[in-house]
Amino acid sequence: MGMDSKNSSNKKVGVVGVGSFGTAIANMLAEKSKVVVYARKPEVVEEINEKHETQGRKLHESIVATFDPEQICEQCEVLFFVVPSSGFQEVVRNFAPFLHPYHLIIHGTKGLCLDLPKGKDLSSITKIKRSQVLTMSEVIQKETVVVRVGCLAGPNLSKELIKGQPAATVVASKYNEVILEGQRLLRSDKFQVYGNSDIIGVELSGVLKNIIAIASGALAGLGLGENARGLLISRGMVEMVHLSNALGGGVRSVIGLAGIGDLVATCNSVDSRNFTVGYRLAKGETLTQIQAEMEEVAEGINTVRIIKAFLETSDLRAPITENLYRVLFEDLEIEDALQFLMKYPFNVDVDFV
Amino acid sequence: MEEKYIKHRYDPILPSKDEWPVVKLARERKEFIKKVSDKSQERILNLTNHNPDILKEELETTLYREKLRVKQNPWVVDPDDESSFWNKVKESLLHVNSESKLSKADRLKEYQEVLQRITSRYSEEIASNFKHHHYKFTRSVVSFGFSRLLNAARVKGFRSIFSNQYSLQDKIQITGETDQLRDLATKGTVVMVPTHFSNLDSILIGWTISVLGLPPFIYGAGLNLFNISIFAYFMDALGAYKVDRRKKNLMYLETLKTYSKEAIQFGCHSLFFPGGTRSRSGMIESKLKLGLLSTAIEAQRANYQKGIKDVSGKVFIVPVTINYHFVLEAPSLIRDYLSITGQERYYKENDEFSTSYKISKFLVKFFTKGSDISVSVGKAMDVLGNYVDENGNSLDKKDRIIETEDYFISNGAVSVDSQREEEYSNLLGKRIVEEFHKINRVFSSHLVAFTAFEMIKSMNQKLDLFDLIRLPEEDIFLPYDEFKASCQMVYDRILELKKECQINIAPHMKRSMDEIIAHGLSNVGMYHAKRPLIRNKDGYIVTEDMSLLYFYHNRLHGYGLEKLF
Repeated sequence: MGMDSKNSSNKKVGVVGVGSFGTAIANMLAEKSKVVVYARKPEVVEEINEKHETQGRKLHESIVATFDPEQICEQCEVLFFVVPSSGFQEVVRNFAPFLHPYHLIIHGTKGLCLDLPKGKDLSSITKIKRSQVLTMSEVIQKETVVVRVGCLAGPNLSKELIKGQPAATVVASKYNEVILEGQRLLRSDKFQVYGNSDIIGVELSGVLKNIIAIASGALAGLGLGENARGLLISRGMVEMVHLSNALGGGVRSVIGLAGIGDLVATCNSVDSRNFTVGYRLAKGETLTQIQAEMEEVAEGINTVRIIKAFLETSDLRAPITENLYRVLFEDLEIEDALQFLMKYPFNVDVDFV
Repeated sequence: MEEKYIKHRYDPILPSKDEWPVVKLARERKEFIKKVSDKSQERILNLTNHNPDILKEELETTLYREKLRVKQNPWVVDPDDESSFWNKVKESLLHVNSESKLSKADRLKEYQEVLQRITSRYSEEIASNFKHHHYKFTRSVVSFGFSRLLNAARVKGFRSIFSNQYSLQDKIQITGETDQLRDLATKGTVVMVPTHFSNLDSILIGWTISVLGLPPFIYGAGLNLFNISIFAYFMDALGAYKVDRRKKNLMYLETLKTYSKEAIQFGCHSLFFPGGTRSRSGMIESKLKLGLLSTAIEAQRANYQKGIKDVSGKVFIVPVTINYHFVLEAPSLIRDYLSITGQERYYKENDEFSTSYKISKFLVKFFTKGSDISVSVGKAMDVLGNYVDENGNSLDKKDRIIETEDYFISNGAVSVDSQREEEYSNLLGKRIVEEFHKINRVFSSHLVAFTAFEMIKSMNQKLDLFDLIRLPEEDIFLPYDEFKASCQMVYDRILELKKECQINIAPHMKRSMDEIIAHGLSNVGMYHAKRPLIRNKDGYIVTEDMSLLYFYHNRLHGYGLEKLF
């Protein structure tokens, strides 16, 4: 009980998911609050409660783990959901019976989810409408009674956060109280927290930048230099702005920390899974080979597929995404894709402000 | 073949009129107005941060706008002392401004005194003037008079005027969740939110409420309607309070919201037309005016704050759609819609409802010819748009009982957060629009108008809406067979949507396609001088007025049906 005096609040905060980012967030929260983490597997829960670590990652000693959604929902009013987008909907559904309208949920998942008729998936459908694409906050609102929802986004590479290096993040929500709560819980000397009310724009920035990160990895894999990367980042940002707009996000969020901030960090980082996928593709490996060897999913691959299907229903052109799709799924050679992009008639530098 | 609709009159849920919230409110009118005025002042002071300079600015803006209104846009209903009142306000303001020695606190006090005069004037003006004997009289006039007219028209022959074969309920069909509505009205406070296409709606809803045995609802009616004596009488009788759309100043809007919120907290069932004004385009409202809606949310939160946590303090939102084959005002509404290209203009009074004589003439026409109306009552929701069960409990999508109070809780207690409640109003608005689409009942006339317009549109793909509407009517012919095939296509899609509970259809839509089309053609906009759609003597489907056709077509807007063409 000696820990109590250090805590600024006695209320417990929940973190759902103990992947690399989840662990990093849980540790940061534990500096100020009591933290309960949720993991699906009992053996992981046991490992955390007994050894204060999981998969080689250290957890703060005060953190308690549980595999019971009901328990964590009862103990915590504020929950951070940090699970991969592929399992997000399922986790949220499991939590739904125990969530109440007084809960606040802030998620840190960068991905999209599809809401298709039963029995259909991306392999049987080629066109999707905006209403069929859900951001993670939309998943939460669709599946649960929680309305006060927020998201975390920004250049937050887990490895650096774990080392305690300085960084910043954006908490986005339509509700001021969610932003304030997120800031209160997370802000520290090493971690700055900005607020943004355009939650869709912030979520989309985090999602769309993964596409550009794959492309950036590919350029690096081809042995191209900084000029090419500079070109990609700025053209990539323009593409993100247009896509985000078409999906209901604001321009401002893309040029903020969650957009350009995260884009620069990810496009230069060998630690990013998305970057790695691009890099290895350029080195001649196939997507199947790469995916088989990766522990955690590279969100960007799924994003490319979804955005490609969405583009079929809109008048928008998104050359980087379209060509990346052909490289990933239609065996276009990466050099040919690059050639295509170099010839593409982009003639206006900035056409969105 | 005909669907069941309510044919009997329900017993009143509160037999003694003394128990009616609206009667209680009328009894305590004076105290209530005082309360509204005081609370509005409080709100305005909070909004201006108790800062005399900001308050002064708001007062001056209000004064300026009001003087301008008195001069430029006077109405018959305006009281005679308007300009003298505002002149006095002006004098008082000048007086405070010239007293340079006053301390900040004293100045605030002086301005507050002026504010008090304004809010009490506004509260008095807004307050309803419900009189029970007027209500009773109006109700019997509506029911008796209308059914006489109806029977005279339908039952031919001698003494037909005394026949009771048809009642008003054959003409106006009430369907949907009526039992739930009656039930919940005895338990909590109901806020009814209907779609709004015609000035007739208020009377129609008032009548519906009385058939269902509910005590009268109070509602905000445009002050312009009080210009017309016959309407003024009806409105007062139905418990209407007055909303003056000319006044857009902070003081007025806050007083109006306070009035609505306090009345809901008082337990008065209320009626808002959430679209604000009548739908100009004929589309179901998609953007709602959230101002009054937010007062329902505020009232709910205030009840929780006061510790009223059981169902007696609960506010229920009940969406209602009203469906017509024919909207009397359609020609001028659509003209307005087409000429206002997104710009807000002064509300201009239109011809149809401008005199009592014209209204009476319309009513005679309406009841003596067959054109049915349906009123569909939707499922009740809490203020966040969750459905509620028979005991008034809110349910999540999996039918688990949840507490509405939890939406207002932060750190374990109910808290006031205006930014949060603003977002909640947006959410509720979206939910209401969704429900409108679900409970909307398709009539044959909607189907034929929609199909014809979309066919014409797809034949002229290069034209935008305005060019399309300017197409010479005599050049448009639709061959019957093609028209019928297209109607069938739209109809099939509507049935699919109905299966998904996204829309509803009227009983007459279960006939054969030829019959549906014939029914639709004979009913769509039937009393207009120029008919939106008819079949000419060569058997072609033709229109006499493209913009009217567009208006009636819009009723099926918002379902993605246009993608079929």
